[in-house]
Amino acid sequence: MSDVHSTGPAGVDDADDTVWVQKISFIDSVPRWVAMSFVFLVFVGTWQLVTVFELVSPIILPTPWETLLDMIFVGKNLLTGGYMLVSLWITIQEVILGFALAITIGISLGVLVGETAFGEKAVMPYLVAIDTMPKVAFAPLFVAWLGFGIESKVALAAFIATFPIVVGTAAGLHSADENARMLFKTMGATRLQTLFKMKFPTGLPQIFTGLKIGAVGVMAGAITGEFLGGGKGFGELIRIAASQLNTPRVFSLILYLSLVGLALYLLVMHAQRKVVFWHEERVGAHE
Amino acid sequence: MNTAVSLDNVGSPLGEPVYQLSNVSKTYARNKVVALDDVSLSLRKGSFTSVIGSSGCGKSTLLKIMAGLIPPTQGRVTLQGKPVTGTRRDIGMMFQQATLFPWKTAVENIVLPIEIRDGKAAAAKAMDKANALLDIVGLKGFEGVYPNELSGGMAQRASICRMLITEPAVLLLDEPFSALDELSRDMMNMELQRICREQDATAFLVTHSIQEAVILSDEIVVMKPRPGRIAEIVKVDLPRPRTLEMMTSPKFGEIVDYIRGLLDKGEDM
Repeated sequence: MSDVHSTGPAGVDDADDTVWVQKISFIDSVPRWVAMSFVFLVFVGTWQLVTVFELVSPIILPTPWETLLDMIFVGKNLLTGGYMLVSLWITIQEVILGFALAITIGISLGVLVGETAFGEKAVMPYLVAIDTMPKVAFAPLFVAWLGFGIESKVALAAFIATFPIVVGTAAGLHSADENARMLFKTMGATRLQTLFKMKFPTGLPQIFTGLKIGAVGVMAGAITGEFLGGGKGFGELIRIAASQLNTPRVFSLILYLSLVGLALYLLVMHAQRKVVFWHEERVGAHE
Repeated sequence: MNTAVSLDNVGSPLGEPVYQLSNVSKTYARNKVVALDDVSLSLRKGSFTSVIGSSGCGKSTLLKIMAGLIPPTQGRVTLQGKPVTGTRRDIGMMFQQATLFPWKTAVENIVLPIEIRDGKAAAAKAMDKANALLDIVGLKGFEGVYPNELSGGMAQRASICRMLITEPAVLLLDEPFSALDELSRDMMNMELQRICREQDATAFLVTHSIQEAVILSDEIVVMKPRPGRIAEIVKVDLPRPRTLEMMTSPKFGEIVDYIRGLLDKGEDM
């Protein structure tokens, strides 16, 4: 009876007789880039068909080909240091400054709210109240206060990106378990030691989640600021192109802009991998 | 009944009292619950004492008072002649979870108590000692490994080292191996006994397992709930060093049965 597995109940020891095998679904056998290319081709194909049959007016929807040509034109302008690069650099500055400001204010407020009873009781309710407001609506105020330069865009970008960072930091500081707190007490740790040597590192995964949400928000804030407050950034180029119904230009500008947003997001993700090396990010990682 | 375990401690030579509690009571002001009622205890140098009782008997309150984490409402708590008025470096503690910090290597986790109390320079100096401790618990060569790569048993070994690095006068153990599987748990208990003997450590263990208490202890404090108080202190006169085979001996069975009897009586109250 001990060698039942090698011979099988019917005395057949041939592997071909396996009756129940794990089936690998089709999508699991396809490499990611193939699947992604498929979706891309379907998208562009549909787009092409819509423009060929003029289901939508060509004035508001360009063909994929026109868009590609314009993307090349914009790309050339950017690479040769044309006026678009100047605009893009302005927007990048707004994003970087806005993000830096959001990180500074966000983490400070997060510590105030997450670490002190006063912050939790007296400050948190106001933060929640402001967070529920449509923050874009503050744009005209920032323009009135700070003018049409990059300051008003930096302010709006930071304003939008701060809240997720506050929430991430506060939640992170609360994530240390009871044993870790007790351990630090038994070691005679001061409050600052407990904060910096235990609570803060423990909360880093949540803090980075806040930073990633903030990185997306900061981009939206900078562009919205440019739409509503003028200036010389990339958002202004988009606004002008749209007002001239130059839709291929709008599309290609958005594409290059999204590359900036993607770069910022990847930068934060890279920093997270380096800093929080012990914590594996699970969302969106199927491999 | 009592004659079966008329236990005089002959197996292990015990030193003078290290940790003493006299008439300790604790009432939680919030809900006026009497968690501990008139508890007196004495831990002798080099002895191993366990406390056992159903939930709500005040074991964890007792442990927290002994660790200096919370003050008693009444009574005296003294360690090495000095009253315990807060956490102290001569008190070592270990929890059910290893509670190693994942951003520090095994050896960095072990010197953490030194880093907290004396700073980074002192922690760097304690590295050699930490490596020696890792050797003692059988983790030689794992000093540079991060906790994520350690098994549950290995992590608890490392946390034993962290507890021992400050050379505490008393080790407070809060169900340290109850999260491990039974095989690792037996093994770790034997390891713990060996380490305690080598270090001549005074240990105090909170446990839910009668077997674990009997195989490790010189004395077992059996507690009753509502209010938490000592029902009886049972001496275990099995010879040292204890082995896992002793768990099948008639004497071991007698002591286990006796303690179970005490605990059952406690339930009725």
